[in-house]
Amino acid sequence: MEIVNVLMKRRSEFNRLRGFVDSDFKKLVDMSPDQSTSEQPIHKDQSVQAGQEMSEHETNTVGLEFISHGMNHVEGGWPKDIDHENMEQTIRFRKKAGKNEAYISSILQLGSVMELCIRQNNAIDKYEQYFEDEEEEEENHNAPYAKTMNVLRDPHQVKRTVTSLSWSPDRGRKLAAAYSSVVFQQTSQLSTDSYIWDGCCIFQKMKVCVSYWDTRRGCQTVAYSSVEHSHKDPVYKVIWLQSKTGTDAFSASTDGQVLWWDVRKLSEPTERLILDLSKEGNLGRALGGISLEFEITMPTKFMVGTEEGLIISCNRKAKTPAEKIVCTYDGHRGSVYAVQRNPFLPKNFLTVGDWCARIWSEDIKESSIINTKNGVSELMDACWSPVRPSVFFTVKMNGVLDIWDILFNQSDPTLSVKVCDGGLYSIRVEENGRLVACGSEKGEATLLEISSGLSVPQKNEKSLVAAMFERETKREKILMGRQREIRLKERCRSEQSREEEVVREDGEESPQELLARAEKDFYSMVEVELKRRRKGKDLIQEQVVCEDKQT
Amino acid sequence: MADVEETLKRIQSQKGVQGVIIVNSEGIPIKTTLDNTSTVQYAGLIQQLVLMARSTVRELDPQNDLTFLRVRSKKNEIMIAPGEGRPGTKVRASPQKC
Repeated sequence: MEIVNVLMKRRSEFNRLRGFVDSDFKKLVDMSPDQSTSEQPIHKDQSVQAGQEMSEHETNTVGLEFISHGMNHVEGGWPKDIDHENMEQTIRFRKKAGKNEAYISSILQLGSVMELCIRQNNAIDKYEQYFEDEEEEEENHNAPYAKTMNVLRDPHQVKRTVTSLSWSPDRGRKLAAAYSSVVFQQTSQLSTDSYIWDGCCIFQKMKVCVSYWDTRRGCQTVAYSSVEHSHKDPVYKVIWLQSKTGTDAFSASTDGQVLWWDVRKLSEPTERLILDLSKEGNLGRALGGISLEFEITMPTKFMVGTEEGLIISCNRKAKTPAEKIVCTYDGHRGSVYAVQRNPFLPKNFLTVGDWCARIWSEDIKESSIINTKNGVSELMDACWSPVRPSVFFTVKMNGVLDIWDILFNQSDPTLSVKVCDGGLYSIRVEENGRLVACGSEKGEATLLEISSGLSVPQKNEKSLVAAMFERETKREKILMGRQREIRLKERCRSEQSREEEVVREDGEESPQELLARAEKDFYSMVEVELKRRRKGKDLIQEQVVCEDKQT
Repeated sequence: MADVEETLKRIQSQKGVQGVIIVNSEGIPIKTTLDNTSTVQYAGLIQQLVLMARSTVRELDPQNDLTFLRVRSKKNEIMIAPGEGRPGTKVRASPQKC
């Protein structure tokens, strides 16, 4: 039977898309398994897939054993024929080797080399431990620098001078800046705000009254003193005092008074001192106070720097006002803008005024022990570094901040930084000695960071500075003594000569001739004294130099 | 021969020298002022050191050569002068402080 299925199609319909249609399934073929074949299964060992035929076989090689052990060289590489136990043979061999030409020459050469090295060894023990007592010193290769970190400007439109700055004592980076107008009679238009930076609180500060504000209470003045009892002129400086109640402060102003206040009761000062040198308490003759100084370690003494250039040292505990003024130091030609004791050596203090800065010792009242050269512009403020006893900072009217290190160089500042174009009016160093804030005429407070060379205390610094101050003090004492001697002599002599003259010439000269003679005498005396003083100073300088060499 | 003796005597008489050993290239001590056991010990140990040092110097720069070797220890110093071909003289010195 032929199974044939015939499909007929036109040629033009070839390769046309088929249109499939679902239809029901139709069983075409059904083939069920044959039961008879399942009774006799045939086993066949045959891989299902056609692949390469491979076989596996194991073998074992002969192992190589390794042992590691050292070798003791007991005897040298003797040639084979010589038995090294045999003394005769070895000696004979040695002698033969000794006669070798090359041997002799090389021994001679090596001998000289060896001798040189031995002699070296004997001369110096060059491998010894040098410097074993010294510790490693940090070398400051970098020149000292001061980097400006921040400039805080006065937010008001009219620029006012930063007259005073103060760092918060708990090492927080809070800086309080007081603004005021230094130019007289312009205050009515200026607002009297002061600022604390890094807190951004605005406070009110009246110009002539002392106000007290508390950062904890918020942004309002807590109290202010009444006008009648306060200073009549601008208050230039206010300092907190150390007391049991912690509420005492005192202030100085150019009206010649120093007032003590208890801040709980600001309506009236607790005490009053008039800076009158004649000790009469006359306000009219009093000197205006510009700067105050108070050291916590000496609570009964304080110092006032005045407009006239004198520095007055006062005792607080004196009974009568007349005794309050202990002594004065004739300092500067102009106002003394800052007075501060050295935090490490309280007997010495620093003052600035007119064009130079001076360091004084308490004992010597006539002149300063160290003074800097007169600078180009006036110095407005100064302060010691709280970490280094020999470093202090000064600011000038030409906007320059000077850092002085008196152990290093006494004639010039160690570092001069031009901070701003206007004048700088105030400067304060933070307690850790690294940050300095200076306030300028235009109301900018600039924060500077000082290099570690100037803010890290060196070894022995305090003793060196103390020794230096002592030496200068001694020099001044000697000079003073000498001057006194000279003055005494001159006085005696002039008295003698005056007596003689009075006896000789009575009423013979007219006033002009008297005047002329008096002038001549005066100039000759001055010349003589100057010469003597110069000679004295030279002698004493030599002495001091010799003393230095000896110490 | 006499010169050699003289040289040795001179070296030996220097301050701080404990002993002198002359070793040839095969490691046999030819002349020595120390006792036999120490001599042999020194000769054997130091020969390897000298060879190593010399080869180091030569490898770093073929034009260079070892001129002198000092082995400094806590107690004393061994000074080795290598000759060409033969390791040469060894001196044992005690270090001194000046």
